[in-house]
Amino acid sequence: MSENKTSEKIFTRNFHLADSHTLRLYRETGGYTALPKALRMEPAAITEEVKKANLRGLGGAAFPTGVKWGFIPKGSTEPKYLVVNADEGEPGTFKDRYLMERDPHALIEGMVIAARAIGSHTGFVYIRGEYVKPWRVLDGAVKEAYAAGLLGQNIQGSGFDFDIVLHRGAGAYICGEETGLLSSLEGKKGWPKIKPPFPAIKGAFGHPTIVNNVETIMAVPHIINRGAAWFAGLGTKSQGGTRLYSVSGHVVVPGVVEAPVSVTLRQLIYDRCGGIRGGKKLKAVVPGGSSAAILTPDEIDIQMDVEGPKSKGSMIGSAGIIVMDETVSIPEALMVVARFYAHESCGQCTPCRESTGWIYKMSRRIIEGKGRKEDLDTILDVAKRGAGTTICAFYDGAVGPYISYIEKFRSEFEDLIMRSAHA
Amino acid sequence: MTADARRPQFTPEQLAEVRRLQGLYPDKQGALLPVLHLAQEAYGYVSLEVEEYVAGLFEMSPAHVHEVVTFYTLFFQKPKGRHVVSVCHNLSCHLMNAKGIIGHLEERLGVSPGETTPDGRITFLTVECLCACEQAPMMQVDDRYEGNLTPEKVDRILDGLP
Repeated sequence: MSENKTSEKIFTRNFHLADSHTLRLYRETGGYTALPKALRMEPAAITEEVKKANLRGLGGAAFPTGVKWGFIPKGSTEPKYLVVNADEGEPGTFKDRYLMERDPHALIEGMVIAARAIGSHTGFVYIRGEYVKPWRVLDGAVKEAYAAGLLGQNIQGSGFDFDIVLHRGAGAYICGEETGLLSSLEGKKGWPKIKPPFPAIKGAFGHPTIVNNVETIMAVPHIINRGAAWFAGLGTKSQGGTRLYSVSGHVVVPGVVEAPVSVTLRQLIYDRCGGIRGGKKLKAVVPGGSSAAILTPDEIDIQMDVEGPKSKGSMIGSAGIIVMDETVSIPEALMVVARFYAHESCGQCTPCRESTGWIYKMSRRIIEGKGRKEDLDTILDVAKRGAGTTICAFYDGAVGPYISYIEKFRSEFEDLIMRSAHA
Repeated sequence: MTADARRPQFTPEQLAEVRRLQGLYPDKQGALLPVLHLAQEAYGYVSLEVEEYVAGLFEMSPAHVHEVVTFYTLFFQKPKGRHVVSVCHNLSCHLMNAKGIIGHLEERLGVSPGETTPDGRITFLTVECLCACEQAPMMQVDDRYEGNLTPEKVDRILDGLP
């Protein structure tokens, strides 16, 4: 990879500046220059530019953003909504928190442009309830934007109206799933809905709705300013641009790293995050948030775009990278992950509700020295049978770790079970 | 001090805020979560009486409000301590010794996760990912995130609480 590609900063260019969250600084560094440009463009041309940029959803599902925008019914006179998914909750991922705290105006500018493209006059930002600081910072930025005529009626004399409502969640991982999020926004428990109809046809409050992740929307002003070809050129064939990688666990320097999607997992761990802490050896790495299948050290020479982790049976997901050194007990890690999925299953679909609880119990008793010989095969069997049988992708997400942790580190589980009195 | 959650009645200012929030959504029901946050701020927790009161403000059944309240982890159904300390025990924090931090808090506070200290000062919880994995192990103390925890740092933070 060429060095100039590595050094290109889009999302994090102002992160080091103390006042990066203010309107003044955002403007001084070129902010709100894409907006007037977009307001003069035909809405379809904005969508076309985003399509050509090869921007894909950066929240987890990686669906092409411009294509999604194109699903809004043409000529519909219904109200349309833009919903930003800021319910960041995927274990291992913390990029949206940084983005909202350090560059909130880029989100606002991106929202106005996206709203103009899809013909929406109301946008909701659904922020996870625990994110009090990001919410306060974003709330301050929205107020600044209203005062400066960048939101509200007749934005910059264009005749275009757009309002932003900040909506706080109340603690539920499932509300990061787009239809669960919409249920929650409507004042209900966050139960996902069956698709179709897709939100673009029948979404928030029964009207056409686009749900996009924070980071995805924040790429939009840059695409409008510098062009689709530039953005697409930063990336790979499957995906344009740079993105933020959240790196945690046993690396020397954990944190948010911005890199082109052509970066490899090895480069992120060893070049950008200083390698493994204490000179220890790498044992395993989760490449895309806790739902992604685990990788072994011989699987890290992959580009971190949509295709790279997929080629190893995993996924890029939210690009939350969790690094484990040689001291980690994989059965214990699986128990922690299984506890999470059991806790966060919304309970609507039987296979998910029952299997997540059952698998957590089995993984816990293995750790407690009460594992049974049949437990591993039972976990694999339960996991595989449930996959693809539920309303949303939550259970399929849980299946990634269940299967991969056991298949790739089976002997470690077997050792524990053999040592237990009940074997 | 918080108002009485057994006989809830919003002030005129709070009622004006409820109407403002309801007006932000195409259907006023959208404001249910924000109004429940408001109610919890006012009463400290969401009692059955508060649920019933809020249901009245939305002209919906108390059962629906109860269903919503019990679905989310941030709504408390019984009185909580003056401070809430939530330690993350998900994967990244687990790798960085969340267990040690939880053990230290159990010892120092004399209560288990899910409980409140007898003096009503601190409610201690373990929670799933707070998305601050870069500063693992971490916890949330009321509105604040505190990361890179050691037992000593935890003590300093608790000592500094009013």
